[in-house]
Amino acid sequence: MRWVAFGIAVTLAILMFAPFALMVSTALKPHAYVLEIPPKLIPDPLTLDNFVEAWTSNNFGRYFLNSMIVTIASTIISVTLSAMLGFVFARYEFPGRRVLFGALLFTLMVPGLVLLIPQFVLARNLGLLNSLWGLVIVYAVLNLGLNTFLLRGFFAAMPSEIFDAASVDGAGPWRIFRSVAIPLAGPGIATVTIFSFLAAWDEFTWAIVTISDKDLYTLPVAIRLFQRANGTEWGLVFAASLIAMVPVLILFVTLQRYIVSGTFQGAMKG
Amino acid sequence: MARARRLLPIYGLLLPGMVLYGLWAAYPLISSFILSFSEWNLTKPTVFIGLDNYTRALSDPLFWRSLSSTLGYTIVSVAGQLVLGLGAALLLNQRIPGRSLLRLVYYLPVITSWVIVSLVFLFIYNGQAGALNWLLKDVLHLISKNIAWLAEPSTALWAIAILGIWKGIGWTMVVFLAGLQSVPRELYEAAAMDGAGAWARFRYVTIPFLRATSTFLIVVLTIGGFNAFISIFVMSSSATGTIGGPLNSTDVALTYMWKQAFTQIDLGYGAALSFLLAAAIVVVSVVELRLARRQETA
Repeated sequence: MRWVAFGIAVTLAILMFAPFALMVSTALKPHAYVLEIPPKLIPDPLTLDNFVEAWTSNNFGRYFLNSMIVTIASTIISVTLSAMLGFVFARYEFPGRRVLFGALLFTLMVPGLVLLIPQFVLARNLGLLNSLWGLVIVYAVLNLGLNTFLLRGFFAAMPSEIFDAASVDGAGPWRIFRSVAIPLAGPGIATVTIFSFLAAWDEFTWAIVTISDKDLYTLPVAIRLFQRANGTEWGLVFAASLIAMVPVLILFVTLQRYIVSGTFQGAMKG
Repeated sequence: MARARRLLPIYGLLLPGMVLYGLWAAYPLISSFILSFSEWNLTKPTVFIGLDNYTRALSDPLFWRSLSSTLGYTIVSVAGQLVLGLGAALLLNQRIPGRSLLRLVYYLPVITSWVIVSLVFLFIYNGQAGALNWLLKDVLHLISKNIAWLAEPSTALWAIAILGIWKGIGWTMVVFLAGLQSVPRELYEAAAMDGAGAWARFRYVTIPFLRATSTFLIVVLTIGGFNAFISIFVMSSSATGTIGGPLNSTDVALTYMWKQAFTQIDLGYGAALSFLLAAAIVVVSVVELRLARRQETA
């Protein structure tokens, strides 16, 4: 029984991994061999030229840097602000609490493209089209509702005694937030950091609508437009794609143990 | 005075986040709603036209067609993710070797960007030398000639739905796994002692415990299905030269809205379409929650 389950699990894993295997093997092939029949999984001849060319001659180094700047900046803003919001919504009573929290949650139900049109007009009026700042601000807002919801769950689940003790000692909300709540919220912070990083690193729609200056492309836009312009250079397209996947993989493997326990602890106890 | 002193730092903590939210989420949402009652195209002055955009949408056959494609895509992709995600979760809930590696492999598509997976599937579905045609024709002999999966009106939407399923299995599995871990071990042992076989244990112990998890997943995955956009945008425009092609067969609500807003620059109409879609999402979610509740009490 156990070995039947194992066999099925491995078969499913092969099916799930096949598209990635194809991608890696294509990226390691010289251009002329990309669409050969039958496809060879182990490239012969094998070459790293696509990776070198993608990184050096097609400006992907620049796009990688743009993606990094935008993603790190928006993740820091989003995680910091939603930690402050989540903490206050979880631990304090104040006028307007329900209305403000409800308004934040409401955006979770609205399709992202609903906001796209008016955000575009707003960015145009503020001179934020063709600007990495325009991306940073919108990506920071993108996850604010979900992050606040998850972190509120974490802060609400913490034992009241530690907060009461800190209050008695005369600490105000800012002090308690910095020196009591945040140090205890490690798994929650890790979870929302992964979500925010992933969402910003992969974001495509807002970037393709607002960025037309070639030097400001982020990786998803650059990869897409490169494929549009050089339809058959699959080796190069996939080499660039694999380079783009590296930061996400590193972050995910480092922080993945928090995801399951973290997310659902936060959501269910909220 | 003391009350103000108590509340001040609390609002201080809220301020930066709420200002950002107000300017970039609440304000655009409200202004978009108001402008959905206008003719709005950035070049001419905006004119209030009442419900015209909405009545126009309701009598626009292409909008209805896009809604029905959205529904078809959603049903297929949600069902596929649920069944395969549950299967994967049940497999990984056993004591089998290499569980954490298997989990990572199933989860890999979830953390890969939509643009990249869309390009990979574009390559796999290639009409001449794609891996899928090679597999089905030369290896399994299931088809006699190559099929242009993404350029054929009868297959394009379903080919894209398969990508949606593949990308979502891992996430669905993780949520199911969290649900499975809430089933007390003793219940299985008690059922086994009463002579319940594997199927009976699954039917009468596991399934009832997964009800809340399944409801959550159905609602969230349905919202995801209604929001399908990037895969269709990338694959249809590369395979057929038009977004939503071939012959509008892959036009879903959001691609249709995109074209109205950003190709036709008919922003008022695009905004009206987006609120109709939001309304559809709310209605469908409420219906799903109602049905789930009726199941529970039945």
